[in-house]
Amino acid sequence: MWDLCTNALDTAKLRGATYGDVRVMHLRQRDLTTKNGQVGTLAQSESLGLGIRVLANGAWGFASTDRLTREGLAACAAQAVSIAKASALAKRSEVVLAPEKAYVDSWQSPFRKDPFEIPLETQLALLLAADAEMRRVKGVTLTETDMQFRKIDSWFASSIGSRIHQRKVISGCGIAATSFQGEEIQKRSYPNGFGGQHSLQGYELVESLDLMRNAPLIAEEAAVLHSVSQCPEKVGTLILGGSQLGLQIHESIGHPIELDRVLGQEANFAGTSFLTLDQLDQLKYASSIVNVVADARLDHGQGLGTFAYDDEGVPAQCTDIIKDGTFRGYLSNRETAHLVGLDRSSGTMRTESWNRLPIIRMTNVSLLPGTWDYDDLISDTHDGILMETNRSWSIDDRRYQFQFSTEIGWEIKGGKKVRMLKNPSYSGISTEFWNSCDAICRFDHWTLWGTPNCGKGQPMQTVGTGHGAAPARFRNVHIGTAFSNQ
Amino acid sequence: MKPPAQNRKVSTASSAGAAELLHERELRRIVDTVLRLAKSTGAEEAEVHVDEVADALTRFANNAIHQNVAEHGLTVSIRTVVDGRTARATTNRIHEDSLRSAIEVSLSLAHRQPKDPRLLPMPGKQRYRAVNRFIKQTAALSAEERARAVRRACDLAVKKGQVAAGIYSNGQSQSVVGNSRGLFAAYRETHSEFSITAQEGPAASWAKANSTDVRAFDPQKLAARACQKAHLAVNSRELAPGRYTVILEPAAVLDLVGFLFYDFAATALEDKRSCLNERMAKQLFGQNISISDDVYHALQQGAPFDGEGLPRQRVLLVDCGIPKNLVYSRAAAQAAGKRPTGHGFALPNEYGEAPMNLVFGGGDSSMDKMVTSTDRGLLVTRLWYIREVDPYEKVMTGMTRDGLFLVENGRVTGAARNFRFNQSLIEMLKNVELLGPAVRATGEEAFEMVVPAMKVRDFCFSEVTKF
Repeated sequence: MWDLCTNALDTAKLRGATYGDVRVMHLRQRDLTTKNGQVGTLAQSESLGLGIRVLANGAWGFASTDRLTREGLAACAAQAVSIAKASALAKRSEVVLAPEKAYVDSWQSPFRKDPFEIPLETQLALLLAADAEMRRVKGVTLTETDMQFRKIDSWFASSIGSRIHQRKVISGCGIAATSFQGEEIQKRSYPNGFGGQHSLQGYELVESLDLMRNAPLIAEEAAVLHSVSQCPEKVGTLILGGSQLGLQIHESIGHPIELDRVLGQEANFAGTSFLTLDQLDQLKYASSIVNVVADARLDHGQGLGTFAYDDEGVPAQCTDIIKDGTFRGYLSNRETAHLVGLDRSSGTMRTESWNRLPIIRMTNVSLLPGTWDYDDLISDTHDGILMETNRSWSIDDRRYQFQFSTEIGWEIKGGKKVRMLKNPSYSGISTEFWNSCDAICRFDHWTLWGTPNCGKGQPMQTVGTGHGAAPARFRNVHIGTAFSNQ
Repeated sequence: MKPPAQNRKVSTASSAGAAELLHERELRRIVDTVLRLAKSTGAEEAEVHVDEVADALTRFANNAIHQNVAEHGLTVSIRTVVDGRTARATTNRIHEDSLRSAIEVSLSLAHRQPKDPRLLPMPGKQRYRAVNRFIKQTAALSAEERARAVRRACDLAVKKGQVAAGIYSNGQSQSVVGNSRGLFAAYRETHSEFSITAQEGPAASWAKANSTDVRAFDPQKLAARACQKAHLAVNSRELAPGRYTVILEPAAVLDLVGFLFYDFAATALEDKRSCLNERMAKQLFGQNISISDDVYHALQQGAPFDGEGLPRQRVLLVDCGIPKNLVYSRAAAQAAGKRPTGHGFALPNEYGEAPMNLVFGGGDSSMDKMVTSTDRGLLVTRLWYIREVDPYEKVMTGMTRDGLFLVENGRVTGAARNFRFNQSLIEMLKNVELLGPAVRATGEEAFEMVVPAMKVRDFCFSEVTKF
C-alpha cells in the first residue's frame, strides 16, 4: 500500500502540489438484522480505494479513485492538483498549515474477539433468540434486532514524511420492540435507540450486552406504555439517563465546538455555532461541576472517536472543552488551529472512507463523571422526571435551541420512581440547560456511548462519535414541549 | 477475466473534469462474468448490481472555495440464492478473483441462516420504459467552470457586504442489474446542484436548485435571490410562539412531506409502523391533496426499475385527500395478494419497499397571491433538523432557517426570529388553503420531489430561538 501512496504523492508533487496527503483505505462490513423472527438484512461488503488531498497555488484539491493501478493513481493525483488550481481561482487567502511532525507508526485497536471470525450461525442465533423473547410479550407488534461489524484498515502518507497504518475493529448491536395499539405507536430499544450500542471493540461488546435478559423487559415496557399517563408539560427537574445525555452532549456541545462551523465553513449545510471566537475562555457554558473533554486517546476508552492518529496525521489528544463550567477549547485541524491561538491541531480530522475529504469531527466528546451514586440521585430528587433512550432529536443551525424526546419516562416523587410516563420530551437553550446541571453520577455509572450516524459535510459523510456520560440532573427545564399543542 | 478497469477512461492530467463512465457493455460484461462464476460455484440463482459514480463538488464559504473534491467509484453487489436462502456481498474490486470471492462470501452467508419462507424465485426478463436523463453538458462541467461561477456568486455577496457559502456540484452515475433468469436493466443519469447561503450579520437566507441539466438553473440568479432575501432578513423581531398561517416555499414543503414516503410502503403497514394503518380509504387529508409516485415525471430523477429489476409503475397514492394505494415489492405483493409495483429495495432487507419519486398535485396560486391573501402569517424559506416526534400522528419537530418573514395585511413587513415547530403532517395536509404549481424542489432533509408551495393555516410553532 505504501507504494500506492508514494506514487500518488510523487505525481502530485510533479504537478505542482506544495503539500499532499494520501489515504488508502480498506473497509469491511457485515450487517445482520432480524424482524419478527425472520432474517432481514444479511450482507457483507468491502471497499478499497485511495483519496489524495493536495495544496497547489495555496488552495485545496481532493480526488479519489478505486482504480489502484499506476495509471489510475497518476490520473487521480493529477486531478487533485488540477482541482486545487481551480480552487485558487476563488480563494481569498493562502492556506497555512500548523506545523506537525512526521510519524512512522502502526496501530491496531484492541479487541478480544474478531467479530468476523465468530460463526455467523452464532450471531444469528443470538439475534433470533432475542427477537423471540420480545415476540413472546402480548401487545408487541414488531420486533427488530441488529448487529453491525466493521474492520477498517487505513494507510496514511503525507509529503512531510508520515507513514501511518491503523486498523480499527468496530462492533454494534441493539434490539427494539414496537407496539401499535389504538392510535399510538410506542417503542422501546436496548441498549440505546437507533441500532443500540456501538464501540471500538470486538464481539465482546455483543456478549457484554445481555440481550436475553433485556429483551422481555423492553418488550413489556413497549406494550405497557400505551396505558400509562402522558408526560406533563411543566418547568421542572429532569434526570437524563446516560445514553440520552450522550446525545445531548453530541448536539449541544460536540457540534458547537467544531471550529469549521464556528468559522462559517458549514454555513450552507450543517450550520454555524453560537460559540464565536470571543467566547473562548470567557463563556460560562455550564455549571461549575461540568467538565467536558474531547479525548481520542485509548486511555479514555474504546469509543467510536478513539484512534492513534487523525486522518491528517496528527496524534490523538485530549482537549479540555469545558473546565469547571467555563468554555476552554474547540475541535481544530492544522488549517484552523492558529485562529484560536494554538500552535498545533487538536487532531480531529476524520473521514468516512477513502472517497471523502477529512473534515473536523468530534472524537469522544465526554462529560466527565461526577460524585453521585445513582440511587442517591434519585432519592435526593423530590419532584422530577427521569427520561431514558432517545426517540427524537433536533437543534437549530447555530446550536442554541434544542428539543429531545425519549422512549420512556419515570415520574419521581419524594425520592422514588413512582410511575411510568409516555411520550416524554424536553427542550431548552444549550447554555441555559448546561448551567442548570446540579448533579452528575460517578464513574461506575459512566458509559462511553457510541453515536454511529453523525452526518456532516458535502458530499455527506457519516462517522461514529463517542460520548461518555453518566446520568445527571438538571433544574428548571421545560418538559413536555413536543406534545404541548397536539 | 480481463478487468474492465483497464479500459476505464480517466480524465487526463491536464483536466479537472470528472472521470468518464464505462460503456454499458463493460457493465454487462461484469454482470455476465459474475453470473457465470456464480453458476460454477453452486448458486441456484444469482443477481448482480453494478453501480458506477463520477462526481465532483466545489464547496465555498467566507466568499472563497475551501473544499473541492472529485470521486470515482464502481461497486459490484452480488446476491445468491441457495436452498431457499439468500444473502448479499458487495465489493469494488472487479478482478475475477475478487468477484469469485464475493460470490463465495454471499453463498457462505446464505448457507448459514434459516430458510426464508417468503423468498421468491428471481424475476425473469422485463420490459422498461425508456427515460433519458443523461445530459452531456452536465457531465462535462469542469472544476474551472464551477470555480468561476462560484467566484461570480461570491463577488456578488462581497459587493453587497455579505458572506456567501454553498456548493456547486455535478456528476454522472449509472446502474445495471442483471440476474440468472435473464433480467437485465440499465440506467444512467447526470446530476447537478447549486446551493448558496448569504449572510448579512446575523441574518441569512438561502437558495438552491438541482437538475439533471446544469443549464436548467443559473447560479448567479440563485446567488442574487439569496443575497436579496438575506438583506430582508436583517433586524428580525421576536414573535410569540403559537399557531400561525404559514406560506411554505417548496423546499420547506418538501422537507416536511418527505417524511411521509415510507408510510406508503405495504411492508410498513404490515409491520404496523405506518401512520396509514387503519386509515386507508378514509378522508385523511384535505380534498386538495393528491399524491402519486411517478419516476417518469419530467421533473423526476432515478432509475425506472427497482432493487430486483422490476419496472417501476406510476401509483396514485392519495386521491383528493384519501389514501388509495400503497407500493409493493414482490414479496409484499405476494403476501397481500397484490401485484408488485416496482418499488422494492434490493434484497435481502427488512423494509420492503417505498415510493421514491413522489409527485404532489399542485395548484395555480403564485407566491404573491399567497402573500397578498394573508392578513397575518409567516413566509418560510426553509426548514431544518426535522425529526419525527410521534410516528402515528406524524408529529414532526424542526426549526425554521435562513429566512422567516412576517406577512401582515397582504405584504411582507419584516423578518422574524426562527421558531421551533411541532406539527402533525396529517393535520397540516388538512389545513392547506392554497397550492402553488408543483415544481422540482430540493432541500436538505428529504430527497428531491415534485411539490408545490403551500399556504397552511394553524401551523404550530412551539418555541423561539435566539436569532
